[in-house]
Amino acid sequence: MTTPPRLVQVRHRVLKQNDLVARGLRSRFREAGVYVVSLVSGPGSGKTAFLERVLTTLRVRDGLRVAALVGDLATDNDARRLARSRAPVRQITTGTVCHLDAAMVSAALDGWRLEELDYLFIENVGNLVCPSTFDLGEDLRLVLFSVTEGEDKPLKYPTIFHTADEAIITKTDLAPAVEFDAEAAHRGVESVRPGMAIFEVSAKTGEGLDRWLDALSARRSGALG
Amino acid sequence: MHELSIALAILDAASEEAARLDGARVLAIHLRFGPLSGVVEEALRSAFELAREGTPFGETSLVFEAVPLVAFCPSCDAERPVASIRHLRCAECGGPASHVVRGRELEVVALEVEP
Ligand SMILES: [Zn+2]
Repeated sequence: MTTPPRLVQVRHRVLKQNDLVARGLRSRFREAGVYVVSLVSGPGSGKTAFLERVLTTLRVRDGLRVAALVGDLATDNDARRLARSRAPVRQITTGTVCHLDAAMVSAALDGWRLEELDYLFIENVGNLVCPSTFDLGEDLRLVLFSVTEGEDKPLKYPTIFHTADEAIITKTDLAPAVEFDAEAAHRGVESVRPGMAIFEVSAKTGEGLDRWLDALSARRSGALG
Repeated sequence: MHELSIALAILDAASEEAARLDGARVLAIHLRFGPLSGVVEEALRSAFELAREGTPFGETSLVFEAVPLVAFCPSCDAERPVASIRHLRCAECGGPASHVVRGRELEVVALEVEP
């Protein structure tokens, strides 16, 4: 007669290691007084154009100190593009990995004086699935989707909407051309995440940007006191 | 392929726990996961089979234990199951839920070891 295997109860969060690093980052950010915003979206959402406009506006118009980390699979196109904002930009090449994790963020910050920044933006790899699982220590996570991608993004990728704090609909200048149904998009977000804040922004015309920047500034004051 | 990162993290967790059991041979790892863990069972199963190769867990299987999604319903003033991750509405009264209480779990909860 064989003895059956012994079942030993344990309790071990699978992402414990990432969560520990993320917690360390969060307290480092808080101590330095920098407010950290991460951006997730699918490819082609206009996330880089949005971020370029945000960096430029905060730096030039508001005189704030901003910087960005950009996660990219292999090429450095996004980082080069963001550098046009003249904000310090650093690229994180993830190779074949389709998301950033807290350790990559931590390594990329090496040598940066965080206390000299007001805002740090972290652009995740263009992917609506994988980044949802990894905490990066950010204060605010944005999920972006463009009017050209269709209204059903929230219902197709509910998990990412659950880990994000705010939704941003981009490329709204193209809405009439693609007959974007804004109401359906809002309904989708509301279904997945009741009460989630939704902003509509055109990085091209700047429409809607001020409303979001005002909300961002209020969030920052709330977090940093 | 974030499932591969997760599979590797599961093996790390299992190694750590097995070491506490004096390196007992692990026959199966029980994983508790929620609908909002970001894990797709099939994808993780294949990633795990890849990740375990050449490790002391080459023969170890992965047992999935799904956790239901539970959210707080302000109108019922109670924790309630919800319709689905696409419709965060109270299964009792149909009102919108305010926040998820359970369903994000991704934990190794048990090891089956050789007696
Ligand atoms: Zn209810």
